[in-house]
Amino acid sequence: MNREIIFNKSVPGRKSSFLNECGVSFEDIKQFIPARFLRERLEFPSLGELDVVRHYINLSKLNFSVDANFYPLGSCTMKYNPKLNEDLAGIKEFGSIHPYQDQDLVQGALKLVYDLGKVLCAVTGMSRFSFQAAAGAQAELAGLLIIRAYHNLNKNSRSKVIIPDSAHGTNPATASMCGYDVVVVKSTPEGLVDVDELSKVVDDDTAAIMLTNPNTLGLFEERILDISDILHKKKAFLYYDGANFNPLMGVVDPFSMGFDVIHLNLHKTFSTPHGSGGPGVGALGVIDKLKEFLPVPVVDKKNDVYFFNYELRNTIGRVKAFYGNFLVLVKAYAYILRLGRQGLKRVAENSVLNARYIKEKLKNHYKAVSLKACMHEVVFSCEHQRDNGVSVLEIAKRLIDFGIHPPTIYFPLIVKEALMVEPTETESKETLDHFISAMKEINSEIQFSPQKFKYAPFTTPVRRVDETAAARSPDLRWKKTGG
Amino acid sequence: MEVKFTKSHEWIRIEENTATIGITDYAQKELGDIVFVELPEAGDNLIQGQQFATIESTKAAAEVYAPLSGEVLELNAALSDNPQLVNESPQSQGWMVKVRIRDVSQLQSLLDEDAYKDFIGKENK
Repeated sequence: MNREIIFNKSVPGRKSSFLNECGVSFEDIKQFIPARFLRERLEFPSLGELDVVRHYINLSKLNFSVDANFYPLGSCTMKYNPKLNEDLAGIKEFGSIHPYQDQDLVQGALKLVYDLGKVLCAVTGMSRFSFQAAAGAQAELAGLLIIRAYHNLNKNSRSKVIIPDSAHGTNPATASMCGYDVVVVKSTPEGLVDVDELSKVVDDDTAAIMLTNPNTLGLFEERILDISDILHKKKAFLYYDGANFNPLMGVVDPFSMGFDVIHLNLHKTFSTPHGSGGPGVGALGVIDKLKEFLPVPVVDKKNDVYFFNYELRNTIGRVKAFYGNFLVLVKAYAYILRLGRQGLKRVAENSVLNARYIKEKLKNHYKAVSLKACMHEVVFSCEHQRDNGVSVLEIAKRLIDFGIHPPTIYFPLIVKEALMVEPTETESKETLDHFISAMKEINSEIQFSPQKFKYAPFTTPVRRVDETAAARSPDLRWKKTGG
Repeated sequence: MEVKFTKSHEWIRIEENTATIGITDYAQKELGDIVFVELPEAGDNLIQGQQFATIESTKAAAEVYAPLSGEVLELNAALSDNPQLVNESPQSQGWMVKVRIRDVSQLQSLLDEDAYKDFIGKENK
C-alpha cells in the first residue's frame, strides 16, 4: 500500500470534475481584499475521486480503536460506546437545533438537560448539576472556584488544597490554577491515603481535599468517612474527581462518602466518545449549600415550561460559551435510561469483576502493587521484568502484536514500572483470557528472548516509534518538498 | 570544591559563595529520556525547598527543588536545545543553574555523598 501523504500523490491535471467552471468573474476581488491576503495558487493536490476515496479508506483501516480491539487503558475509563447513543444523538431534532433558537422551540432539549441533571443527582446524591464544562479538568476548575467563592463569601478565605500523592495530574494543576498552595499527602504502604498524616496537615487554612475514589491504584479508600470528618470539622470541602466513578455507580454514592463537589466525566463513565480532544462534558455536581454558586445558565422548570435560569445568587459565572456540548448529554442520557438503576449497578459490578479476574490470573507472573482487592482497575509493577532487561514500555509495545492496545504505563507515579489495566465491564471472558495469555506469553519471552523486545511491535504498519526524538524535536508541520 | 546532595535528588557543587545545581544520576535514570527542561531566569531568587525548575521526560514531569536560597547568576542555556545532556552527563554538562549562596548555614541541611548513597539504597530497599 502506498502510504505517501495525499499531497505527494498529486498528479498535475488530474481532477474530480464534479464542479462546473465558475461563471462569475473574480477580477474585482482585489478591490475588496488587500493584495497581501490573496494567493495566486492554492496548494491543493490534484487527484481523482477514487484516488481520494482509497486514500482515506486505507488510512481508516490503520486505526486502532475500541470498536476493533481490546483497549485496557487504566485511570481513564475508555469504555465501548453503544451505537444506540449515536443513533439518538443523530436525530435531526437534536442535531439541528441552534443555541440562538427561542427557548419555547427547544423545550424537548431543555427537558433532556433538566432530567439528566435529576438522574445524576439520584446516582450521586448531589443536589444540582451544571453541564457547561467541556471536560473533567474544566469542571474541576469550576468546582474549586465554587469552593473558593463560598469561603470568600463567608469571609473565611483559605490558601491550601490537599492532594494525595496517587492523584490524577489534573488535581494539583487545578488547585494551582485557582491560586491555592498544593499540599501532598503520602499514601500508606497499602496504597491508601495516610489518614494520620492527613489529620496533621488539615487546618483552618485548608480549603479542600481533592480525591478520586477508588484511587488511581484501583483501591477503595476505606477510611473515606474518617477523611470526610477531618475535613468537615475544619469547614473544608471534599472534592470528588469522578474519573473513577465507574465501579461505584448504583453501589455507593459520593454524597454518602462525604463529598461536597464532584465532577463526572460523561465521556468516561457514561459512555460518550472519549479521546482526540472531545467533545466531552465534565458534569459538575454540588451539595445543597453550594447550589447557588454553579455556573449560569442552568435549566429550570416553572409551570411545566423549561427555561435557562441566569439568576443564581452567588454564581461563579460562565465557564463556557452557550450551554455545553449538548449532543454529549443526549448520549449519556440514552445510556442511563437504557440501563436503568439496576443496569448501572451491573456495569459497576462487572467492571470490578473483570479487573479482579485479570489480577488473580496474572498475580503470579507480574507483581500486583497491592494485596488488597482491586476495584475496576489493577496496577502491576514490572520491576522484576525490568531487572531481567525489559522495561514496562517494551512490554506495552509488545502487546500491540497481540492486537491489544498498550495499557497505561508509568502511572501512578508512586509505582515503579507501573502497568495499569482497566478492562471495563463490556469485555467478555474470552477477551480477558486472550489478554491474560498474551501477558503470560510475554513474560516467558522476557525470560528466553529479552533482546526481541527492543524492536517490538513487529506487526504494525509503523514499527517502534522514536517517542523521545518526537518529544525533543517535534516536527509538527508538513512542508512541500521540491516544486 | 565540595559536592552535596538532597533527598529530593539534586546535587550542589559549592565553589566559594557560588553553588552549581543539577539533578543526580539516580534521578535522571528514574525519569528516563528527558525531553524538556524549564529553568528560572537569571536574577530570580530561589528559596530553599521550593520548586525552581521542571523536567519533562517521556514518562513524567518532575519538579526540581532549590537545595539552597539565593539569586540565580547563570543558567545552562544548552539545555533548551539539548535536554538530553541531563541524561548523558547529569553532574557535569547537564548542570541547571548557578546560584549565589545567600545563607551558608543552609549547607548544613544537605547530605554528603555517602549519606546520599545510603539514602537511595534505602529508598530502593
